[in-house]
Amino acid sequence: MPSPSNENQIVDMKKSNKLKYFFESASEKLFLICAMLSVISLLLIIGFVFYKGSHPFVAEGYSFIDFIFGMEWVPSEDKFGILPMIVASIFSTIGALVIGVPIGLFTAIFLAEIAPKRVAKIISPAVQLLAGIPSVLYGVFGLAIIVPMLQNNFGLAKGQSLLAVIIVLAIMMLPTIVTVAETAIRAVPKTYREGSLALGASPIGTIFKVVVPAAKSGIMAAIVLGLGRAIGETMAVILVAGNSLILPTSLTDSVRPLTTNIALEMGYAFGTHQEMLFATGIVLFSFILILNFVLAKISSKGGK
Amino acid sequence: MSATTLERNNKGTEKFSSNNEQQTTDAKIKVKNLDLFYGEKQALYQVSLDIKEKEVTALIGPSGCGKSTFLRTLNRMNDLIDGVKINGEIVIDNENIYNSSDVIKLRTRVGMVFQKPNLFPMSIFDNVAYGPRMQGIKNKKALNKIVEESLRGAAIWDEVKDRLKSSALGLSGGQQQRVCIARAIAMKPDVILMDEPTSALDPISTLKVEELIAQMKKDYTIVIVTHNMQQAARVSDKTAFFLNGEIIEYDETDHIFSMPKDQRTEDYVTGRFG
Amino acid sequence: MRKFKDNFMLGLLWFSAFLTVAVLVVIVGYIFFKGFRLINFDFIFGDYSPVGHGGIWPMIITTIYTIVISLIIATPIGILAAVYLQEYAKQGRLVRVIRFATESLTGIPSIIYGLFGAVFFVTTLKLGMSIIAASLTLTIIVLPVIIRTTEEALKTVPLSYREGSLALGTTKLQTLYKVILPSAMPGILSGIILSMGRIVGESAAIFLTAGTVAAMPESIFSSARTLTVHSYLVTQESGDIELAAAVGIVLIVIILVLNLSATFISKKLNKADY
Ligand SMILES: Nc1ncnc2c1ncn2[C@@H]1O[C@H](COP(=O)(O)OP(=O)(O)OP(=O)(O)O)[C@@H](O)[C@H]1O
Ligand SMILES: [Mg+2]
Repeated sequence: MPSPSNENQIVDMKKSNKLKYFFESASEKLFLICAMLSVISLLLIIGFVFYKGSHPFVAEGYSFIDFIFGMEWVPSEDKFGILPMIVASIFSTIGALVIGVPIGLFTAIFLAEIAPKRVAKIISPAVQLLAGIPSVLYGVFGLAIIVPMLQNNFGLAKGQSLLAVIIVLAIMMLPTIVTVAETAIRAVPKTYREGSLALGASPIGTIFKVVVPAAKSGIMAAIVLGLGRAIGETMAVILVAGNSLILPTSLTDSVRPLTTNIALEMGYAFGTHQEMLFATGIVLFSFILILNFVLAKISSKGGK
Repeated sequence: MSATTLERNNKGTEKFSSNNEQQTTDAKIKVKNLDLFYGEKQALYQVSLDIKEKEVTALIGPSGCGKSTFLRTLNRMNDLIDGVKINGEIVIDNENIYNSSDVIKLRTRVGMVFQKPNLFPMSIFDNVAYGPRMQGIKNKKALNKIVEESLRGAAIWDEVKDRLKSSALGLSGGQQQRVCIARAIAMKPDVILMDEPTSALDPISTLKVEELIAQMKKDYTIVIVTHNMQQAARVSDKTAFFLNGEIIEYDETDHIFSMPKDQRTEDYVTGRFG
Repeated sequence: MRKFKDNFMLGLLWFSAFLTVAVLVVIVGYIFFKGFRLINFDFIFGDYSPVGHGGIWPMIITTIYTIVISLIIATPIGILAAVYLQEYAKQGRLVRVIRFATESLTGIPSIIYGLFGAVFFVTTLKLGMSIIAASLTLTIIVLPVIIRTTEEALKTVPLSYREGSLALGTTKLQTLYKVILPSAMPGILSGIILSMGRIVGESAAIFLTAGTVAAMPESIFSSARTLTVHSYLVTQESGDIELAAAVGIVLIVIILVLNLSATFISKKLNKADY
């Protein structure tokens, strides 16, 4: 390697530093662009879905009220009413929460507070693993086991029903709720427990009066995550819902929630029909926003 | 190639100095009326002091008085913190470091050793060679030479020469801190800043580092923050006493410890201070 | 009375845990019991045929395509975005907007992603129902996962590494790829593996963007079906639970392997020095 003169070395240094500063500012800009991509994606998604979904109401003279409160969905006759689907979505979500949340929470409390260490060490990772299983498989299981069970026990013509959806969704959200809530409960400092126990409270009383309230925000996050999984679930639900277009009046009715409607018809829909599916997406989207908002309200109220 | 490369920093600064006509004093670092704010909160008030070349200057004072803050202005490490504002000037080798935009060059000239050893999770060799490599030195021989010289300069060569390729984090705290010093020396800086370099070390390691500082004095200008009065008395030529972000007294170390002019300094060095 | 209440609650806790475990064991057990007879070499590595149970090799290949393509795009973008948020951005409006967007993306259900992919990638960009359209949709789905896990990993890198490196006159960029990213690598890797799980498990978004063609894809511009979509379709169209369960076994094994390697990597690399 030829040895450059001293003079050159100094010039080189200056030059290379200039280059370094150039790379510094260029890279920062590149990183910013990468970070902005999530904003851009979000805007694109909202923009496209809302543009497509609002088109019938803005430009084609359809009534949004009729869409939301309409009882009939017959695309071939130009009838687009989604009230039965909205009701089906609300019922199945609430039902799944009513079953899944207490069982999931109690399991999490059990694993974090009651279970012998060795037992928890086996069960916790296994449950965590189950949170990652493709949700379609829960639907397959639901169709193969739960649906026939309901059919036989309730003497139904068809076991695919609101109740089947609720059970499948409740099972599906269990691993998520258990895993997240358990982490939150384990994070409560030991001193809390000791303080309460020292005051003469029973271990169980301590868990429910001290530990669980202390882990509240984490538990809330667990519920929100589980809920997100349930409400957005599509393919597993199709398998067990029955997909009838009627307003559900009992747990044994066949239902078609919002998500399923989109997936079932998107494949062949075009024109206004397709746009109405996007409108269904908007309703689903708003539904999720409202639910998250309500849950956030509940948790902040409980915090006072 | 190696020799010329090694000297590049010194050469660079010398060149700069000779270019500059208005050389007034022989101080290496001149700080004038320095104010520093963390957002709204002021941490340094009108700090002025001159630091001579190849002397050891100790900064002492109670916790939270701004010693680290001041030290970190000298290589602009405070730039990393959001919302730091600085007024006044700091001149090193006749160049106002806050006017020049070349922070990289400044930090190659003004090295730093931190309170806790902060070696990277790499081998000892890679740690010491890290700085030079980042300056673009790739030549294996040159790097070997720099690493050996630096480790010798930090009086740790004999202890680590057989395990240069093993993880630096396997060394004891005292050894790690001396490798940190070697890592700083590898850049051939003029000035080395040390922020309580022995506070995390045991007494024997502390002594070794102190001996090392005494040796390094002949090559480097050293500014050291310490909570240990004896250490300040042992290693430094000058001592500055900080209180609430101000310099209360700055003088020969002997004077500070034997006949301080300010009552507060006396209270502090005699241990009567909170 | 209190005693009774305590015992009742305790019983409820035991019962819930038992129920959860039982249900999950039954599900996994059922899938294995129902599907294991189909699992053999020809089933996994054979071509699909509509008669009988068919091989699933095309679906495996399609699944791998979607994983590889979406991660090739999402990983660098996600990591760099996280780097921007953690290492560069000043806290403020812009960062809040980016964080909000990232969180919102996490909350969007996959069917909406499917709708978007169908209109944007499939129709507007004229990619047609294809592996590439699905992969691009999946890219957006896993982007927030990678950003979040990388951010968490970056948070665990000690500030002292950054300071130590920058104090040696390196640039932020050099510090980033020589010190920060290597230290954060275990966390980043497990985030990437988790994203793989997310992609493997995804159904609705892929269903609407890649279509359902049950044949070996000729290129990434062909329509094809992934394992998960296959499992859904054979259940829905022909009620072939046995086949769906066999595909389910393959899926569960994939998820198991991914999870184990994520745990292994984060444990192994965290313990090692480098
Ligand atoms: N990043 C920061 N943001 C805001 N205030 C800070 C920051 N760093 C330091 N300070 C404040 O500036 C003042 C001086 O801090 P500094 O760390 O310089 O003190 P110090 O003399 O080094 O103390 P010690 O001996 O404990 O290391 C303190 O009041 C401290 O709280
Ligand atoms: Mg300090």
